[in-house]
Amino acid sequence: MEQVAVNQSLSQSLTQAQIPSRRLSRIALVGNPNSGKSSLFNALTGLNQRVGNFPGVTVDKKTGRCRLTPQHEAEVIDLPGTYSLHPKSPDERVIIDLLYDRRGEYYPDFLVVTADAANLRRNLLLFTQLADLRIPAVLVLTMTDVAEARGIRVDTDALSAALGVPVVPLNVRRGIGLTALKIVVGQNPTPRAEGPFFEIPDDLLVLVRQIRYYFDLKNDYLALLYAHHWRHLTHLSDDDRAHLRELTEKYHFRPTEQQAAETIARYERLNDILLDTVRVERAERGESASNRLDRVLTHRVWGYVIFAAVLLLLFQAVFSVAQVPMEWIDTGVARLNAAIQARAPAGPLTSLLTDGVLAGLGGVLIFIPQIALLFFFIAILEESGYMARVTFLMDRVMRPFGMSGKSVVPLISGAACAVPAVMAARTIESWKDRMITIFVTPLISCSARLPVFTILVALVVPDRAVVGLFNLRGLALMGLYGLGFAGALLSGLLLRLVLRARGGRSYFIMEFPTYQWPRWENVALTIWQKVRAFVFEAGRIIVAISVILWVLATYGPGDRQEYAEARYRQWATEVRTGVIKAPPPTDAEVEAAVAALRLENSYAGVFGHAIEPVIKPLGYDWKIGIALLTSFAAREVFVGTMSTIYSVGQDAADDPLTIQQKLAEAKDDTGGPFFTPARAFSLLVFYVFAMQCMSTIAVVRRETNSWLWALGQLLWMSGMAYVAAFVTYQVLR
Amino acid sequence: MAHRAASASSSAPRQRSLRELRPGESALICCLQDAEMALKLLEMGCVPGQRIRMRSRAPLGGPVTVVVGDEEYTLSLRQEEAATILLK
Repeated sequence: MEQVAVNQSLSQSLTQAQIPSRRLSRIALVGNPNSGKSSLFNALTGLNQRVGNFPGVTVDKKTGRCRLTPQHEAEVIDLPGTYSLHPKSPDERVIIDLLYDRRGEYYPDFLVVTADAANLRRNLLLFTQLADLRIPAVLVLTMTDVAEARGIRVDTDALSAALGVPVVPLNVRRGIGLTALKIVVGQNPTPRAEGPFFEIPDDLLVLVRQIRYYFDLKNDYLALLYAHHWRHLTHLSDDDRAHLRELTEKYHFRPTEQQAAETIARYERLNDILLDTVRVERAERGESASNRLDRVLTHRVWGYVIFAAVLLLLFQAVFSVAQVPMEWIDTGVARLNAAIQARAPAGPLTSLLTDGVLAGLGGVLIFIPQIALLFFFIAILEESGYMARVTFLMDRVMRPFGMSGKSVVPLISGAACAVPAVMAARTIESWKDRMITIFVTPLISCSARLPVFTILVALVVPDRAVVGLFNLRGLALMGLYGLGFAGALLSGLLLRLVLRARGGRSYFIMEFPTYQWPRWENVALTIWQKVRAFVFEAGRIIVAISVILWVLATYGPGDRQEYAEARYRQWATEVRTGVIKAPPPTDAEVEAAVAALRLENSYAGVFGHAIEPVIKPLGYDWKIGIALLTSFAAREVFVGTMSTIYSVGQDAADDPLTIQQKLAEAKDDTGGPFFTPARAFSLLVFYVFAMQCMSTIAVVRRETNSWLWALGQLLWMSGMAYVAAFVTYQVLR
Repeated sequence: MAHRAASASSSAPRQRSLRELRPGESALICCLQDAEMALKLLEMGCVPGQRIRMRSRAPLGGPVTVVVGDEEYTLSLRQEEAATILLK
């Protein structure tokens, strides 16, 4: 049947192809969550897609180009998955903005509606609503293989006749139906000619008609939706909305009851249609494979054991496998740096390029392997359907902390980088749950904290096995991650109390998608999008801050730097000529000492000295003050700054052992070692809690659309870091 | 089909809710108690008259999973949400 339809369309499109004009249509993809919409979008647009934002809301706006015929291109927009035209979450309101405003920027020429063939009745509910809006549409049946396996036979022709629109069965995995879909869409589908699926009752018609004529709307159903959602119709003026409010009050419009009655009426209509078009030939079979899997994966004991094992495996893989490409990037950037320094004339410009721009770029690139790997695993877990089960398992665990099962993905992502993690919180419908998740996610130790942890732990924790099995350093590291996680939970707990009175109801009603093998194209696209988001969102800021910090660390007020350098050089000369009795320094030592002195007398150094009184109770001196400042670009800059301050020469700067040795040799006022366990642990605790990341502040500000949240979070985390570090130092010293 | 989606029935004799089903047990949906939540549940296919089966429960009062109709799709919902679905 499908074949015939395709052939017919082919011949038609061939005659159309002779028209030389090029056309661009706007197509919107609409469908239930888990109805294969994203797979279809990826199959249609491939890498020709962009992820942007809808104005005003933080919902991914995915658009892409697709060539239907040589002359006909389509701009495809992927709308968020929804169960009806009555949005329940702010994110779903994008649908209102798009489909209710005929003159809107994104109003589609055609709709492609996806419906899960194994679950047609519920999926078609949305379709009947869209059809009543009289936007030309094509219905795509997805998951046809799953339906077939369950013995569900859909008579496509009969369904197409009953619904009054073209119906295309699709199997993206096997590439079946894509060409047919392109051809059908290329022929300009017309709105269905038959009457609406839902007949508006007479007692509502008075109201509906008044709205329809007032706003000059094309059909009654849109007018009815105006009556439902006038509060959110941003394309209308305040007066128009006031008018709608008056009308709905005048006619005692009861939205909840109307909507419930309408939904039930639509289901009844669909029952009739499906009776004639869908046959279920199911012999008594055992449980589906998906259900059998769920018996284990969502088991009240084994479910958690398996999830813990998955997490362990995931982090093991992320941290061990990512090491290799990270080394490559590290040495690559270092070599490039050395090559530029060797060839370019020494001077401020070269220094800006190498120590400012290149250092910043390196700081961005180094995290890509971990982020890519983590999202590789997360994408697989999401694609396979397992993540929905994790959400189910973890919901009860997360609720006392003001979060829901859906907070798990952002929290796991936070172990790589808070920037994509905060953006991953978009899938959480409840405002309160989402805000709390965003607020606590940066407390999960991200990969930028790891280099700082490693070096300080190595400094004060002996490399020794305990209980024969565990390494003491490894345990300390794990403890730090645990501390961050505990901080996140504690913050969630408190914030939940603060927000007790705020926010609407949170729903958890969620569908379990059928387990399926991940589609690798989708996984690859997810990784690509996350890495891109990191590079553009975080990377830009990291490079910019890196340049600013370079200025602060290179230049100083007045001639302080020159004066300090001249005095030291004079001293060195006098030592060498024997005027002063002291072991003469080598050339390299002189240069390293000069660099340290210049830094001490730079703006950054002045800042370090200025905040010394504030950080003294934590056990820090001005040198650490400088490192705290420079950490604002990205925390791992701490290591580089410390090596400059402690005059580790250029050649040895990349060797962690040398830095560690220098730090170990550092002396305090009394001549004892400066980095005592108390100081090191105080610093570690500080880095666990402190929000030293400009990129995260920026992304939180954008995602919450408020400076209050971003700055509140900065204050809270800094405060927590200060207090915790203070307590650590005072107790241990 | 009885449509009492928006009625808050306090006077009616106590009726069993979905929350009280034991895993494996199934029943027909009679009505939905919470008007606002009813809209969401209706959209997800929990229509009065529909058969619904309790599948599993997460520990410590966590969410439950239920199978809707004979179409065999699984929904997960919290206990307090399940309590708003009354059974025949």
